[in-house]
Amino acid sequence: MERDLVIIGGGPAGLAAAIEAKKNGIDDILILERDKRLGGILQQCIHNGFGLHVFKEQLTGPEYAQRFIDEVEKLGIEYKLESMVLHLGEDKKIIALNPKDGLFEIEAKAVVLAMGCRERTRGALNIPGSRPAGVFTAGAAQRFVNMEGYMVGKKVVILGSGDIGLIMARRMTLEGAEVKMVVELMPYSTGLKRNIVQCLEDFDIPLLFNHTVTKIHGKERVEGVTIAKVDDKRQPIEGTELFVECDTLLLSVGLIPENELTREAKIEINPVTNGAYVNELMETSIEGIFACGNVVHVHDLVDFVTQESFLAGYGAAKYIKGEKSNSANKFKTKGLNGIRYVVPNIIHPENVKDAVNFYMRVSDVYHNVNLIVKDGDKVLYKSRKNHVSPGEMENVKLSKDILQKVEGDELVFELEEVAI
Amino acid sequence: MIKNMTCINCPLGCQLKVEVDGEIKVSGNKCKRGEEYAKNEITNPLRIITTTVKVEGGDRPLLSVKTDKEIPKSKIFDIMKEINKVKINAPVEIGDIIIENVLGTGANIVATSKIQRAD
Repeated sequence: MERDLVIIGGGPAGLAAAIEAKKNGIDDILILERDKRLGGILQQCIHNGFGLHVFKEQLTGPEYAQRFIDEVEKLGIEYKLESMVLHLGEDKKIIALNPKDGLFEIEAKAVVLAMGCRERTRGALNIPGSRPAGVFTAGAAQRFVNMEGYMVGKKVVILGSGDIGLIMARRMTLEGAEVKMVVELMPYSTGLKRNIVQCLEDFDIPLLFNHTVTKIHGKERVEGVTIAKVDDKRQPIEGTELFVECDTLLLSVGLIPENELTREAKIEINPVTNGAYVNELMETSIEGIFACGNVVHVHDLVDFVTQESFLAGYGAAKYIKGEKSNSANKFKTKGLNGIRYVVPNIIHPENVKDAVNFYMRVSDVYHNVNLIVKDGDKVLYKSRKNHVSPGEMENVKLSKDILQKVEGDELVFELEEVAI
Repeated sequence: MIKNMTCINCPLGCQLKVEVDGEIKVSGNKCKRGEEYAKNEITNPLRIITTTVKVEGGDRPLLSVKTDKEIPKSKIFDIMKEINKVKINAPVEIGDIIIENVLGTGANIVATSKIQRAD
């Protein structure tokens, strides 16, 4: 089968990209989703706080997803569920399978990668001990509790204080479990302040910074974990070990963009984000293959995924219609001095619609700094920040006008200390 | 009485010190929203509950729900008990009221996802 646009993944990124491509004149679109329904991970995020930027109201995950699903239905965009993509080639040939069609092949004019991310597991951490039941990633536990109707344990320790870990601490507590503590390796949490207060402090759940789990006990089922304090190199300090009795360990220790297909298509991957390098239209190193959402870099807020994915859909439509400029006029972006990465990575100013939203993360917690953007020695943007943290994505919007006047071949984003 | 709390209005997360002595005095806040937040937290802390109820005959076993208004924080577990008594029949649309005026709080428990009939 031949298609103008195939979107891999029917979560918030894929849905937004599809909607925007359709609104920009592309009719032949197919979304491939491996789950039984559209919406992606939002379907299990039953807590609220989604949509403040896009809809100016607080929605739960399923409500946020449904708004986009309804729009996809209204626009008559075709999708296939329970469909797993097995192969993506440099030539945009896709091999997928599902229970109804069996194995099928699609030749796509353009592709949007919207596969999202997956959780780091126990294997990525090398926690010593036996392999009993009761060790879950926080997201897997969330799916069991919120969608499948299984309670995963009664006495819980959570390793990692990212938002999913915090949300699950409250969720397990509401469902009657005792959450003994949340253990965080770093001296700070990457979770939102709101979640630390409303998910932990509301229920008197202790949050231990500079601590980790050094051993998992139990043979059939988890019987407890050993926790220990860590030094400033994040290594456990001998003599600080403490046994904590529990039957469940939830891991909320980071997310990894799911880029097997991207790698298979030989698309260039940024080793810092583990996602594809993208340009101003969210196009990857292969012309006509676009990427958006958590498969590019892990976001804190779905609202930003949506905005970024609208752009990918717009870009794909431009490409299919042959309206994308291929002029050699371009420059790269780079993070320096406290800016760990910047997305997008390459800008062709004439393809920019009105402005580019640059998303970035800092490498540590800093106070009283200026976030500046420089073209050579020329400062194009400066914003005072009282507080920046790796857990809060920063963004800088630069207009087409400013971007067209960039003279160098590199736009540098960096932090600068403010003299007080 | 002195209480310490974290303001949640922005990523700064100001550590607030709240003195309650007839009058409520807030310090540690860098903006007005911190003071307002602390006063509300002391006098009448409110929360939204999000949870699930069991579904009969649906395309999945659980329906996600929320309180359509903030409810007093002290009633969270009592309201959870009420919600856990309920079993609902598919189909359900987003916004359907599952429990009206739960425990007299003025808040309804409403559906936040769409459940179709299993067939």
